Amino acid sequence: MNIHEFQAKDILARFGVPTLKRAVAESAPEAARAVEKLGGPGPWVVKAQIHAGGRGKAGGVKLVRSGAEAESFAASILGKPLVTHQTGPAGRIVRRVLVEEGCRIARELYLGLTLDRASGLVTAIASAEGGVEIEEVAARSPEKILREAVDPLVGLQAFQGRKLGARLGLPGASLGKLAKLLSALYDAYLASDASLIEINPLVLTEGGDLVALDAKMGLDDNGLFRHPDIRALRDVNEEDPRETEAQKYELSYIALEGTIGCMVNGAGLAMATMDIVKHAGGEPANFLDVGGGASAEKVAAAFRIILADPHVRAVLINIFGGIMRCDVLAEGVVQAAREIHLKVPVVVRMEGTNVAQGKKILADSGLNIITAVDMADGAKKAVAAAA
Amino acid sequence: MSILVDKTTRVVTQGITGSTGQFHTRACREYGTQMVSGVTPGKGGTDFEGIPIFDTVEKARRKTACNVSVIYVPPPFAADAIMEAADAGVELVICITEGIPILDMVRVKQYLRGRKTRLIGPNCPGVITPGACKIGIMPGYIHKPGKIGVVSRSGTLTYEAVHQLTQLGIGQSTCVGIGGDPVNGTGFIDVLELFNADPGTEGVILIGEIGGTAEEEAAAYVEREMKRKPVAAFIAGQTAPKGKRMGHAGAIVAGGKGTAADKIEAFRKAGIAIALSPAELGSTLQAALAGSGRRAH
Repeated sequence: MNIHEFQAKDILARFGVPTLKRAVAESAPEAARAVEKLGGPGPWVVKAQIHAGGRGKAGGVKLVRSGAEAESFAASILGKPLVTHQTGPAGRIVRRVLVEEGCRIARELYLGLTLDRASGLVTAIASAEGGVEIEEVAARSPEKILREAVDPLVGLQAFQGRKLGARLGLPGASLGKLAKLLSALYDAYLASDASLIEINPLVLTEGGDLVALDAKMGLDDNGLFRHPDIRALRDVNEEDPRETEAQKYELSYIALEGTIGCMVNGAGLAMATMDIVKHAGGEPANFLDVGGGASAEKVAAAFRIILADPHVRAVLINIFGGIMRCDVLAEGVVQAAREIHLKVPVVVRMEGTNVAQGKKILADSGLNIITAVDMADGAKKAVAAAA
Repeated sequence: MSILVDKTTRVVTQGITGSTGQFHTRACREYGTQMVSGVTPGKGGTDFEGIPIFDTVEKARRKTACNVSVIYVPPPFAADAIMEAADAGVELVICITEGIPILDMVRVKQYLRGRKTRLIGPNCPGVITPGACKIGIMPGYIHKPGKIGVVSRSGTLTYEAVHQLTQLGIGQSTCVGIGGDPVNGTGFIDVLELFNADPGTEGVILIGEIGGTAEEEAAAYVEREMKRKPVAAFIAGQTAPKGKRMGHAGAIVAGGKGTAADKIEAFRKAGIAIALSPAELGSTLQAALAGSGRRAH
């Protein structure tokens, strides 16, 4: 799960990460009032709040010198889509801006914490090139990416922060500050069950202080059950409504661009089903994993979500029953098909637990369901049906 | 022959009283696995269809000499269950549970260091030596005893591969699901080492997916160490978009790394036979075996 910059900053600030004075505004006049409230001589920065990076380059961030300027910039972006290289061509509608006091930047660094898959350890990642895409730096100058793995037994040690700081070329007086900041980031990471914390840029001010100019936090979906306060930060406006709907039924759904809807049990098989549809000359409309042990209601809900996509011209159901029973699946398909007055062709390939019963339920239903003998046959028939 | 589990294996089910634990304990016992005990704290002294239940793994081990544990405990308590089994000295722990917080697994791995317990999973379908021992949620009937090792991050995609192999008359020595989570107990290389050393395994089929670099590392191992046993592979997610978690917590292309294309390329360089379509899992292995002059029957 992702959260907004302003939410990430609030969480990190509670753990002692230095941040700038700021206020959130949901309207242009509120942006002006925020500038008044923050006070000081300015300048201030007004930043679009969407779950995507690249806001600066896309015109979603502006340095302003007055409340009036803040108001006029906010008015120009609020309620409209902001298109960055991470949002896709449709962009995301900006519903809030963050107004922040300015600061005198001496250097911009990158500092992040994430799980390194190869080692299985939470790892701090730092780079002297802040303010740019870390992936870009990793691609062209991998030696500029510094890493410090955290020993889960003892946690992040202060010397590790100082070590990174020295390698980043920070002045001696700032090494302790970096160690303290990194420690605070790690505390926040553990306490939230994060999957990623990124401070980009981490600014060294002209005064020698370190401050998080931007903050991004990704949370481990598997950890949310034990953080209801963080789960409450979820912004459904930033999600595909179909994915949001699917989550209600504990389905794993991802919208794609094609015409062949897919319903599969198991993520690996679901990905492979998308792959084989493509192989057969079609384009998958979605990824959907109904999971193991799905009830007829859950299967019906899955069916409805897939069919809510207007691009879908055929549905391929590929089920290999382990926990998932083929008769349960068949009941769900029949129930859903009746409820929604099924208009598109459905190709079903079933194998596994209770397969004979499942096939019988489909055959007896009187519905126009095309059965397939194996995956390749299923994909071929689905592509033909969608043509 | 086989790796990890066989006719002599004695299994304790942690989470035996939940509906999933019950269903699969019954199914595994029907297959012929020795399901000797169960553990659910508070339910010690009762039984499930004649299988004695204990409050702790320690007691289950003392009373029933179980050497493998299978875990169906829900995510909030699963890491604790794994550690309890390790503490009790259970040699192999197979954790089926999906949804364990990643940081819990980071801590579990730390806990297991220096202990003799091997963990498989979490978020995996389990391990089966066809005809001898089934531990987990896989449908037993699709399997056939034989000489091909199967190792996979997926559940149902593994069944697809097994089904295709069985239909071709190619049996399996042992099938190991290592699971779909980013931090797990046993990786591809750990299993490949076991298959490599097993005289009863003559070839291997490896099923990977997007996310992480485990497949690339496995490819390097195969190239270096497995010259005499043909390996065939499939990578799911060639059509997956970047940055999206495709069901499994570990199936995500992040920071440009972990794409199916990179993994397929790594396998190609290592001389591993690649199935580009999931319909060709069995036939690709069959061809690889033929190419090496072996037969699989």
